[in-house]
Amino acid sequence: MSDKIPVTVLTGYLGAGKTTLLNRILTEEHGRKFAVIVNEFGEIGIDNELVVGADEEIFEMNNGCICCTVRGDLIRIVEGLMKRKGKFDAIIVETTGLADPAPVAQTFFVDADVGAAAKLDAVVTVADARWLLDRLKDAPEAKNQIAFADVILLNKTDLVTKEQLEEVEARIRGLNPYAKLHRTQKCAVPLDAVLGREAFDLERILEIEPAFLEDGGHHHEHDEAHGHGHDHAHEHDHGHHHDQEGHDHAHDAKDAASASAKAHSHGGLKHYHDEEMQSVSARIEGEVDPEKFMPWINELTQTRGVDILRSKGILAFKDEPKRFVFQGVHMILDGDLQRPWQEGEKRESKIVFIGRHLDEAAIRAGFLACAA
Amino acid sequence: MSADAPSPESVSLTEHVTSFALAAHVTGTCFLGETAGFALGDGRVVLRLGEEAREIAAHAGAVQVFTHDAKALYTGGDDGRLLRIEASGDIETIAHEKGKWIDAVALSPTGALAWSAGRSVKAREKSGAMKEITAPSSVRGLAFAPKGYRLGFAHNGGASLWFPNASSPPELFDWKGSHLDVTFSPDGRFLVTSMQENALHGWKLADKKHMRMTGYPAKSRSLSWTHDGKWLATSGAEACILWPFADKDGPMGKAPRECGVRRARVTAVACHPKAPVTAIGYDDGCVLMCRLSDGAELLVRRASSFTGAISALGWNDAGARLAFGTAEGAAGWLDLPPLR
Repeated sequence: MSDKIPVTVLTGYLGAGKTTLLNRILTEEHGRKFAVIVNEFGEIGIDNELVVGADEEIFEMNNGCICCTVRGDLIRIVEGLMKRKGKFDAIIVETTGLADPAPVAQTFFVDADVGAAAKLDAVVTVADARWLLDRLKDAPEAKNQIAFADVILLNKTDLVTKEQLEEVEARIRGLNPYAKLHRTQKCAVPLDAVLGREAFDLERILEIEPAFLEDGGHHHEHDEAHGHGHDHAHEHDHGHHHDQEGHDHAHDAKDAASASAKAHSHGGLKHYHDEEMQSVSARIEGEVDPEKFMPWINELTQTRGVDILRSKGILAFKDEPKRFVFQGVHMILDGDLQRPWQEGEKRESKIVFIGRHLDEAAIRAGFLACAA
Repeated sequence: MSADAPSPESVSLTEHVTSFALAAHVTGTCFLGETAGFALGDGRVVLRLGEEAREIAAHAGAVQVFTHDAKALYTGGDDGRLLRIEASGDIETIAHEKGKWIDAVALSPTGALAWSAGRSVKAREKSGAMKEITAPSSVRGLAFAPKGYRLGFAHNGGASLWFPNASSPPELFDWKGSHLDVTFSPDGRFLVTSMQENALHGWKLADKKHMRMTGYPAKSRSLSWTHDGKWLATSGAEACILWPFADKDGPMGKAPRECGVRRARVTAVACHPKAPVTAIGYDDGCVLMCRLSDGAELLVRRASSFTGAISALGWNDAGARLAFGTAEGAAGWLDLPPLR
């Protein structure tokens, strides 16, 4: 199980800098060997023997799940690459600028052979600091890519003013408060910021607190000049939590539906709502009843799965010494009992969803009703 | 359904097995006369005659696909090359599809050859005349009809039958889903594909009637017809599943037969060329021979999971020798002892 090949998915709208990031990953001295699956074959001028050209062949599975699409070419290529096992340490999948990341991610959960050979590590999205705001208006793909990401590189920060940068960052946080965000120029980040994230590893869903209200001085900023002074101490636990009970700041469904990209001030940092795409989180300060929760989450993802891009949760089940963790992509859920709750650790239950037109009030009420 | 290992009374042939390490995934194996050929995941082809092994650096990448006739093996690589390699070691480059992988290769009984790379499907007659067609999606399975110059190719949404020398478009046999491998029944009456969805699908060519063959816990990617063409042996379950094709309507409404039931998944099957016997390889490295008439089993290779799943099996024409290879690069052959 442990020798599954990690797979990093690179997304980003046309011109955002995906190829720059890929070149950076491949040229840096790291002693690792990658198999790279690209769509615009020949664009990469890298002497890497394992560059595979692919056509994004997306097809539906016959499993009755209407949003369950997979990448047929990826199944074929991963299966083929396994014949060369031992010749590479990781796989990088570069998607086209217009791609929806979901079929790529779903391939690793739906196809048993691919799932046995490889594991999804993280979806990394490169965003163009200068043009992202425009693309979010006119390109649904760009919005999908931001919402789906585990790691976001806000690139080309040198081409915008500080104010513009904060604007675009707030907009990203409005769509996806949970991704790790790095400000970059020419995609200059330490490789461990994008590789080996284990963002899809149930064992590693440690921290699902939104970090989008962190104060301005704590950005993960990277540029060529200051090199690789990446400080992981910043990654967790920033400031106050978003929308927990007793902290209701007009974050309800009515408000979300009322205006597009509505900004409101909160502690000095702009905060956006996207009319279409939101994140919803909820917490129970205690245990949940699995007999109530499992039917609820299944029903929710089956009926609303088309709109739910990503979901994650850490739950304290009644009379269960271990943490239950789950995550999902659209209708596909992956959940398991994980490590035991530690002594002194607060047994509480948290869930987050990112998706379109989510009924925040209903989701929250449904979850709260699962309390043990 | 409970046997962990072959039953104690089953006879072992393990002492007649020669084993060796090839250190790479075995994509395919066959016999060319007395020489055993192994096509490997590191691009090598190993030709072995007795103790003598000859290594050929055939492909820059992996051998992805493989087929053979009596004289040569044909290897398609992720370097885009399709090679013909004889027992002597002579190599002929048949095709080079730059920047692509060779995804499938097939031979006809009359020596025609077909291969696919992405959506491109090419067929070459023995004379060298070549035709190309573009499939609706990438093609991973090719098979020639037993009679006539007609090629079947599997794709998303079904399989198509194409007469390369006719101007008419391919005839579609549709069924929703992604179709992987394809094979004709030896009598030419049925077309069968393996699917993404842990199932096989069949069509009766005469009336395009559908046959769904389901119930597999995994994809069924190894298909082999018995010598008499009456049964199709398949991998993908914890037994070799054999579907009956002798009757007018094939397996429709009939239950398949199971043999070699173990607590391990069947990953490769190869029917004996002359007798009602099937060689069965498992994901724990075990190889059995199973007699279809009574299900009697003979142990060829003991389970040894660290040497990998059986990825290739091949009989010689006489049915006296069986070569095998695993995903982790173990390989060998069985020399059947003379009948007493």
